[in-house]
Amino acid sequence: MTPGTLSTILKNGAIWGFIVLELIFFTVAGQFLSLSENAFMDADNMLLLFKQSAPIGIIAMGMTIVMINGNIDLSVGATYALSAVVLLDAMTWPVFGGLGDWVIPVACLLALLTGVVLGAINGLIVWKTGVDAFIVTLGAMLGYRGLVFMYNGEQPTSHLNWTLVDFAEMQVLGLHTATWVLLIVTVAMWFLMNRTVHGRNAYAIGNNREAAVNAGIRVGPHMLINFMIIGFLAALSAVVFYAETGSVNPNDGELYELWVITAVVLGGTKLTGGAGSIVSTFGGVLAIQLLRKGLAHIGADTSTVNLVIGLILIAVLLLDRQLNVKGKEELKI
Amino acid sequence: MSAQTPVLRLEGIVKTFPGVRALDGVSLSILPGEVHALMGENGAGKSTLMKVLGGVHQPDEGRIVLAEQPVVMSGPLDAKAKGIVFIHQELSLAGELSVAENIYLGELPRKRFGLVDWAELYTRTNRILERLKVGFDARTRVGDLSIANQQMVEIARALTVDAKAVIFDEPTASLTDAEKVVLFEVIADLKSQGVGIAYISHRMEEIFRITDRISVLRDGQYQGTVDTVETDEEGVTQMMIGRKLDLSRNESHHEIGDGALEVRGLSCGHLFEDVSFAVRSGEVLGFYGLVGAGRTEIAETIFGLREPSAGTIHLNGEEVRIHSPADAIARGISLVPEDRKSQGLVLGMNCRDNMTLPQIDDLKAGPFVAEGSEIAIFDQYRDKLDIRTPGWKQAAGNLSGGNQQKIVIGKWLSMHPRVLIVDEPTRGIDVGSKAEIHNLIRDLAAQGYAVIVISSEMPEVLHVSDRIVAMYSGRVMRTFTSEEVTEDTLIQAISGLDTGQAA
Repeated sequence: MTPGTLSTILKNGAIWGFIVLELIFFTVAGQFLSLSENAFMDADNMLLLFKQSAPIGIIAMGMTIVMINGNIDLSVGATYALSAVVLLDAMTWPVFGGLGDWVIPVACLLALLTGVVLGAINGLIVWKTGVDAFIVTLGAMLGYRGLVFMYNGEQPTSHLNWTLVDFAEMQVLGLHTATWVLLIVTVAMWFLMNRTVHGRNAYAIGNNREAAVNAGIRVGPHMLINFMIIGFLAALSAVVFYAETGSVNPNDGELYELWVITAVVLGGTKLTGGAGSIVSTFGGVLAIQLLRKGLAHIGADTSTVNLVIGLILIAVLLLDRQLNVKGKEELKI
Repeated sequence: MSAQTPVLRLEGIVKTFPGVRALDGVSLSILPGEVHALMGENGAGKSTLMKVLGGVHQPDEGRIVLAEQPVVMSGPLDAKAKGIVFIHQELSLAGELSVAENIYLGELPRKRFGLVDWAELYTRTNRILERLKVGFDARTRVGDLSIANQQMVEIARALTVDAKAVIFDEPTASLTDAEKVVLFEVIADLKSQGVGIAYISHRMEEIFRITDRISVLRDGQYQGTVDTVETDEEGVTQMMIGRKLDLSRNESHHEIGDGALEVRGLSCGHLFEDVSFAVRSGEVLGFYGLVGAGRTEIAETIFGLREPSAGTIHLNGEEVRIHSPADAIARGISLVPEDRKSQGLVLGMNCRDNMTLPQIDDLKAGPFVAEGSEIAIFDQYRDKLDIRTPGWKQAAGNLSGGNQQKIVIGKWLSMHPRVLIVDEPTRGIDVGSKAEIHNLIRDLAAQGYAVIVISSEMPEVLHVSDRIVAMYSGRVMRTFTSEEVTEDTLIQAISGLDTGQAA
């Protein structure tokens, strides 16, 4: 084994090791602490876990590519809410009155288009003005949320379409629609980042922007595309979730950006860009959902869950720093 | 040879940056199948010229003629498409990506739908790596390679296209001798295929070993081209240094006091090894060497920014361990850093606050900052150092380079240090202010400070130093006194040529 291999394995496999640990812990602890009859690793419970991971998970895939690219998107929660509003409201628009159930694909397309456009706005501003993505999307987060409130005031926007609900609750090969979407998105994003020129260039830009520019890579368009993808995925996440519930509060999706970033960082993607992996993000998403479900299973309340997740995130980053120390030659700053 | 059509010709290139005329009417032609050396001191404009050629910068005047066709280089990729490949001095690599991806960065081979053609990428890359005889393959992560191997990856980029001209900017700076041989073979190979090669290097031995012609730049101006066989190191050195060749070296010596700082066998990993020297109060010790020779790192280690891996530091005869800049300052060591703007000053802060920054903790009137004593300190050093500013409220960023440097120096003088380390004191400062800073350094020594000056400019080192330490890739080659030093011996020492006489 060459030096560094161990730390590489640790870094890449850490999230899966963590998931296994969680499973063991909650199974054992559940025996003593849980009030429910069922075991934690019950098949139905695990299927539900995948389904519940979907809303955050789908967005996290987009966040991973944006962060690998060296940017960040804080506006995903607001984009999610606005797309949901468009989805549900469009189904009641008189224009589409004659379409019958064909309104569903139309409304979905409109919702997805909303996400892409909002993402494109972020991307264009970051590209053309050169303002840091953090600031741009912080503004967008507030602005897009404002649009949600302008749309329907404090009122929830509701419309239940039973055909859509049936579709959302459908189980193919035992997996829910939401789970399938998450899996497909994961595979698609993995493919994009590992197999296409765009994906590899995105890595190069995040890793060493100057080198990328020197090599003639046009940085702006790549960033724009990635912002459009994350916008699309935020909208897709909304479509999948609200197809089933049929009602969106103007506050929905708040703090989603932080949960998403937590999952991505837990999966090992660097905040500074250039390194990260879609598969590890998938692990990060599962790990968080497991933690939430598991702690609930053994009777902890929401505030405890948040505290634990926060502590684990900091512990993970600390560990990562330890594994990446350059040694004695490093400049102490 | 002159009957051939040049593959590449530059005509009257002018490039200005705010405040600097980096290139002033430079003309140059590179013939097919020749290795054309471009020489000049640091800051003479070599890299800028090559960046203009590579499409990174656009020239303000003049034109680039490629195979008798005037062209405009709109960017690095455009230059590459036109057959001009640029091998960068600083590694321009993405560490998280594989060797193959880095070599073909920006132009990965594609299949349908924008997919990367990995099979093609790896075969092509491995073919190139075979020619370079390196010990890693296309899939290796670049971040896992040594600096020398990373440099080989950079060099491999020259072989990806059918180049008409290849520009090497200090390619051997981090290569070992064995790898240099391979590089020279690659260059000979390219040369035999009729490729024109521009080769930038400070190392005379390489220049005389592989090049056909030598062009010299000085202060952004073209000094002429000579055939390598018709000249020698002295001739080239004279062209490079020019009028500055007979610049006076320091004659006056002040009363030398006791040993203020002594360093014995100091090492920090591979950055520098086994460095020993002493500087006494009243003396200016110059450090001269190429960029990357380890001079700045020594200063950073003495100032507590790096942890030495071996060796000891003695202050007034007493061994000390310095763990942080705060330690160093408390012991009377000050460092005027290399990059004035990003390391030496808080540009947005006013002059007074910049000057009192290290001692602000002690300047208190009750719980508040004692503004009066701050202003008193500022006034004292403004007069002493002749800092020209409209008032203490002026933001440091608005001052000229010379005055900024004086603020940094004043900041440390107000701490009453015993040892003052000055790294590249006149980088980016105009000629008039340079002389002022030099006189200031001499004055400080006269007042009993022990001063260490690190500089990449030979005239500067010669002018201010009582003794000169010549460094080459992390080692002290030789220590000269100002009486015995000559330009030639100094250049040879920093090029690693006179190992026999190492001090």
